[in-house]
Amino acid sequence: MSVSRLVAALAVALLALLPFGASEYALHITIQILIWGFIYTAWSMMGRFGLTSFGHGAFLGVGAYVPALLWNFAGVTPWLGIPASMALAVLLAVVIGYPCFRLRVVGHYFALVTLALSQVVLLTLIAARDVTGGSLGMTLNSVGYSWAALQFPEKSYFYFFALAVWLGGLAAWRWIDAGLDRVALEAISEDEIAAASVGIDVMREKLRVTIVSAALTALGGSLLTQYIQYVNPETVAGVAVSLQIVFAAIAGGMHVLLGPTVGALFTIVLNEALRIVFGIHFIGAANTIYGILLILFIIFMPRGIVGLAEEVFARAFRRRNGALSAPATHA
Amino acid sequence: MDIYLLEAILNGILLGGVLALLALGLNLIFGVVDVVWIAYAELVMCGMYAIYWLYAFYGWPFLLACAAGILFVAVLGVLVHLLIIEPVLGSAPINQLLATGGLLFFLQSLATLLFGTDFRNLGLRLPLIEIGEISISFARLLAFAAALLGAGTLYLFLRRSFLGTAIRAIAQDRDIMGLMGVSQRRIYFTTSAIGGGLAGLASCLLVLQYDVHPFIGNSFGPITFMICVLGGLGNMIGGFIAAFVMSQIISIGGFYFSIEFSYVLAFLLFIVMMFVRPQGIFGR
Repeated sequence: MSVSRLVAALAVALLALLPFGASEYALHITIQILIWGFIYTAWSMMGRFGLTSFGHGAFLGVGAYVPALLWNFAGVTPWLGIPASMALAVLLAVVIGYPCFRLRVVGHYFALVTLALSQVVLLTLIAARDVTGGSLGMTLNSVGYSWAALQFPEKSYFYFFALAVWLGGLAAWRWIDAGLDRVALEAISEDEIAAASVGIDVMREKLRVTIVSAALTALGGSLLTQYIQYVNPETVAGVAVSLQIVFAAIAGGMHVLLGPTVGALFTIVLNEALRIVFGIHFIGAANTIYGILLILFIIFMPRGIVGLAEEVFARAFRRRNGALSAPATHA
Repeated sequence: MDIYLLEAILNGILLGGVLALLALGLNLIFGVVDVVWIAYAELVMCGMYAIYWLYAFYGWPFLLACAAGILFVAVLGVLVHLLIIEPVLGSAPINQLLATGGLLFFLQSLATLLFGTDFRNLGLRLPLIEIGEISISFARLLAFAAALLGAGTLYLFLRRSFLGTAIRAIAQDRDIMGLMGVSQRRIYFTTSAIGGGLAGLASCLLVLQYDVHPFIGNSFGPITFMICVLGGLGNMIGGFIAAFVMSQIISIGGFYFSIEFSYVLAFLLFIVMMFVRPQGIFGR
């Protein structure tokens, strides 16, 4: 335990020092990995317990647009706009989640209900084009260097925000893991009726994890908009981004702490690499390869990169130590 | 009654025909193989491209291009089952949903890579039909008639032919049918081919009304799943009726508000219906 703590502390220290050595480009990529890693982590909090949501684009969209609209039209600082958007995302999650869990809408049906929700948010954003700018998106009013507006002269400022929020996401994951909630949720995902029969409040457990997941996803969406200073409905809401979240989280491995972040690292680095290799002449080449990889992942590595690595390590460890070693962790 | 409203209602009925055809194919596959093809509308996109190239570029006669398009998408359907569905048949249902979701990404970006993001038009203009003061697009009327014909043929095939009976039997109890000497695998492939063929037929009808582009599936895909679920997944008659309900909402909603809001309305209705009747309007 102490060794792994030491490694973690060292890794965080290295990450904190990154802005002092890395290029602007590397910093930009790292910020994106941190923010998306945070969003994928938030999704996996539900996903790993069998609550496969295809609708996180809805929460992301609310998080991205509410602070932006409040800032552009009412001059409200994002420091208030972001909590407001998180509250709205939680409200949305409860309005959809409560009946879903009460009426036991699960599996395919839960995925499709949440998919419909993400379409509702996307189409509302496009339809309200008088305020949101529709498909053209909107740019945040710029005021130069301002802490109140979360607008900074250099990327490194924002980097620390992204790093702090990402670490906060990991802490939230650990917090869920440490409590009895995790055990309850695992039991629910195995067999809901059996879980209820031993006294687990299925409704409360599911709703709690959904609320946490929705709020954090909205926060991720807010950060994304604040960082780029521009927002566009297709990139933060709707089916496409919802599926992107699901896939990246699964590719990394949604059952382990760092899995979703590895998913972000993998997809973003792959996308950049393919973009550099193919250049701008082959639009779609990067995504074509990405699509094939996704299918292969689902078929051959449903537990994701980190999940597979864990299994391989556990197997190697067991072979070396014979039957004495601990069994592989299967969350 | 307002003449434009009447036109909206009529157009809704005509749109419903094509949506019903799409829902029929998806429902057939779900009912038999027990898998939702998220990428179903993308197969339609592939068919539309095939017809576009054969007709507009290679100068094939339109009907021949359509026949080739239907065959092409039917083969694609078989390939989807062979390469993507079969390997994940044993794993969790959600993985099957995700595998076809990966296919959606793949097909959309492959189309972008091959053909770019241009909107391509067949350049085939069908006349408008005037009945009194109402004008109806002939392409839509044709699509509606062909969709009904396709649905009727499928119904007869499933009811009257030996193979159709075997398909329905597999949908009811897949384990017992194995014991009766029916090859489940063969039935799955046949069903996937028919499902693909229906998508191919839909692409013949849609290519007459809409421009082809890599993301055209996004306009039909989500609403088609909603229709299938609303009608009760696997229930073909339910899906058929639900298609007309949804198309009316979209068409009349589009008349009173904007087209985006009418879709919002349709999706909201879907969500509410899932809570009121989770098994679908016509589910058992």
